[in-house]
Amino acid sequence: MAGVDELIAKEGVEEETVEAVKSLAGAYKYGWETEIEMEYAPKGVNPDIVRLISDKNDEPEWMTEWRLEAFARWEKLDEPSWALLNYPEIDFQDQYYYARPKSMEEKPKSLDDVDPKLLETYKKLGIPLKEQMILAGVDGAEDMPAEGRKVAVDAVFDSVSVGTTFQAELKKAGVIFCSISEAIKEHPELVKKYLGSVVPVSDNYYATLNSAVFSDGSFVYIPPNTRCPMELSTYFRINAENTGQFERTLIIADKGSYVSYLEGCTAPQRDTAQLHAAVVEIIIEEDAEVKYSTVQNWYPGDENGKGGIYNFVTKRADCRGDRSKVMWTQVETGSAVTWKYPSCILRGAESQGEFYSIAITNNYQQADTGTKMVHLGRDTKSRIVSKGISAGKAQNTYRGLVSMHPKAKNSRNYTQCDSLLIGDKCGAHTVPYIEVKNNSSRVEHEATTSKVDEEQMFYCRQRGMDEEEAVALIVNGFAKEVLQALPMEFAMEAQQLVAISLEGSVG
Amino acid sequence: MLKINNLHVKLEEEDKQILKGVDLEVPAGKVHAIMGPNGSGKSTLSYVLSGRDGYEVTAGDATLDGEELLDMEPEERAAAGLFLAFQYPVEIPGVGNMTFLRTAVNAQRKARGEEEMSAADFLKFVRAKAKDLKIDADMLKRPVNVGFSGGEKKRNEILQMAMLEPKMCILDETDSGLDVDAMKLVSEGVNALRDEGRSFLVITHYQRLLDHIKPDVVHIMAAGRIVKSGGPELALEVEHNGYADILAEIDA
Ligand SMILES: Nc1ncnc2c1ncn2[C@@H]1O[C@H](COP(=O)(O)OP(=O)(O)OP(=O)(O)O)[C@@H](O)[C@H]1O
Ligand SMILES: [Mg+2]
Repeated sequence: MAGVDELIAKEGVEEETVEAVKSLAGAYKYGWETEIEMEYAPKGVNPDIVRLISDKNDEPEWMTEWRLEAFARWEKLDEPSWALLNYPEIDFQDQYYYARPKSMEEKPKSLDDVDPKLLETYKKLGIPLKEQMILAGVDGAEDMPAEGRKVAVDAVFDSVSVGTTFQAELKKAGVIFCSISEAIKEHPELVKKYLGSVVPVSDNYYATLNSAVFSDGSFVYIPPNTRCPMELSTYFRINAENTGQFERTLIIADKGSYVSYLEGCTAPQRDTAQLHAAVVEIIIEEDAEVKYSTVQNWYPGDENGKGGIYNFVTKRADCRGDRSKVMWTQVETGSAVTWKYPSCILRGAESQGEFYSIAITNNYQQADTGTKMVHLGRDTKSRIVSKGISAGKAQNTYRGLVSMHPKAKNSRNYTQCDSLLIGDKCGAHTVPYIEVKNNSSRVEHEATTSKVDEEQMFYCRQRGMDEEEAVALIVNGFAKEVLQALPMEFAMEAQQLVAISLEGSVG
Repeated sequence: MLKINNLHVKLEEEDKQILKGVDLEVPAGKVHAIMGPNGSGKSTLSYVLSGRDGYEVTAGDATLDGEELLDMEPEERAAAGLFLAFQYPVEIPGVGNMTFLRTAVNAQRKARGEEEMSAADFLKFVRAKAKDLKIDADMLKRPVNVGFSGGEKKRNEILQMAMLEPKMCILDETDSGLDVDAMKLVSEGVNALRDEGRSFLVITHYQRLLDHIKPDVVHIMAAGRIVKSGGPELALEVEHNGYADILAEIDA
């Protein structure tokens, strides 16, 4: 009976949630910091800093030029203010733009050469031992048997990628998975062709800044008709104080290929806010498919709104080929401020874009997030499922654009946007923009706002659950559709995060 | 087992007294039934005992095996062995029935310092209980009570009761909305749980249920008090003559 087996698996996941809620009764789990000797560039940003970053990465001249042009542009731009976000002015000159562990100056030869603190960091982040060793660059680690299912990991520690696992095995399949700094050197023709082709340098304030100062990130290329043999993932970790993280990710899925990519983010607990401005570009050719899942758990600040990560992210997928497909799934539980709209350009005929999102804000967190579905080709389809959860004094805004261009004949969009409020001091807002420029396309939009129901809470408690367990259960139920869109391991982590990020929201 | 002493309860928000001195004792292993006109305070009594918000106890107390019930949080009362089968079971969208049950069972176990049930044991346990109540695998997978028929919701309450193995079970009109066959299933479910260490307080309007679940004592509640108690024959009397005679007797 297939149905029953499936049931066991699902039940297993959810039990973990409850366990985690109990065992992780503390606050933010990743709030520790690694005391490690760091190398910094001087504070602030100017053409010299841009050159220094380029130089540290050993970049060719064309890359340096590209960055400098971006910087010149950025200097003329003003920070946007249209989002429903309220935060103190960011002093962009009072940040470090480059920080890397000193031990990374030379790649370690064996485990003994690796800074034990770096290894410790990976362990705390839950990266399996084998992966830890590979990340640390230990010879022979790749040939060890893997525990469980394989997931290739790229880890970015502050400004630099510290290592990528399973590279050799991926290479056999023709897949390139490495840090972007490595790709710039090893695969310049691919980088030149695609970098900035989805998110142009001029796109927006934060993307322009990122183009000038990005220090590292991941690069993925999947050759034609190839199904990537394992899931790829990147762990981003901000460790250094007063340091912005500007990562850049470029994913290219060539004709008929498939890849599932996961991204996880954490940062230490600090009183001062920290900046994170990433750019992710995805290019999807004919009949190719990319799934991109994010669990964003940057430090959200304390219960009084002190500290936390300011997260300004530009993510965009370009479905260039006919019948290409992209699916964004995001679970946004962290950050003090989130400004993020993963978007789909549906250029190819019959291409499809999907966006599944859970955004949880508690205490003083603010999120202005959503998506853009730009239908350019005929018979394109998009689907948006957004679940916003607000607790404490938090504000949560869904902002979404659905645009049907004149040539996007017979296209469809379905949007469902649900907000859940916990308590009466928080807010939920829905800002949909809809433009339809042809008369054969259809756009459907549904929105609901509800409160965590007293009756449901009492029912759960009468059955023995405490308040936090009950809220976690109800919220996980509310967000079910999105959780189900995540790969298994991430779904477990996400359910735990839902519970943890809502701690202190009731009672 | 359950002792209620001079319990007075008003609404928190309004100046409305609902329970006006309830006295009731259900010894271990016994089944007591409560009947009474609509609005007499039967559900209110069950909510106050289980700790729902919105009520204020102005006098009296209630104990479960000597423990003061009214000072505890609802989940503490549950862990202490109090179970309420709701008159109107609540829907929880997106939460699988099985997940809900599992979370509840393990929460109570933890609260009592017991070990959690393993996934395999739990599945075996829930399947056996569900089978007895003719609850199929599909109903176990579906979200809690969402789209369940009235009768299915009531059977689901009994399933939860069977899984949680409480010592004091309050059933609030579990028979209403059940067809004849379901009534039998539910009664069998309840009877299977009858045990010298477990007591039942069965709220009902109909003698019918009491044919299946034989009560030791029947109480009549009216205007917020227990006005008369007797043997099973009291239920028959209500069935035939309504409440008029009993109420007239008290007023006199
Ligand atoms: N939250 C409330 N607000 C206003 N009135 C209430 C509230 N809760 C209970 N009552 C009133 O208290 C009285 C007792 O209600 P309760 O539900 O306990 O009656 P019952 O005996 O269970 O009735 P039934 O047999 O119809 O189920 C009723 O008059 C009801 O309207
Ligand atoms: Mg009632």
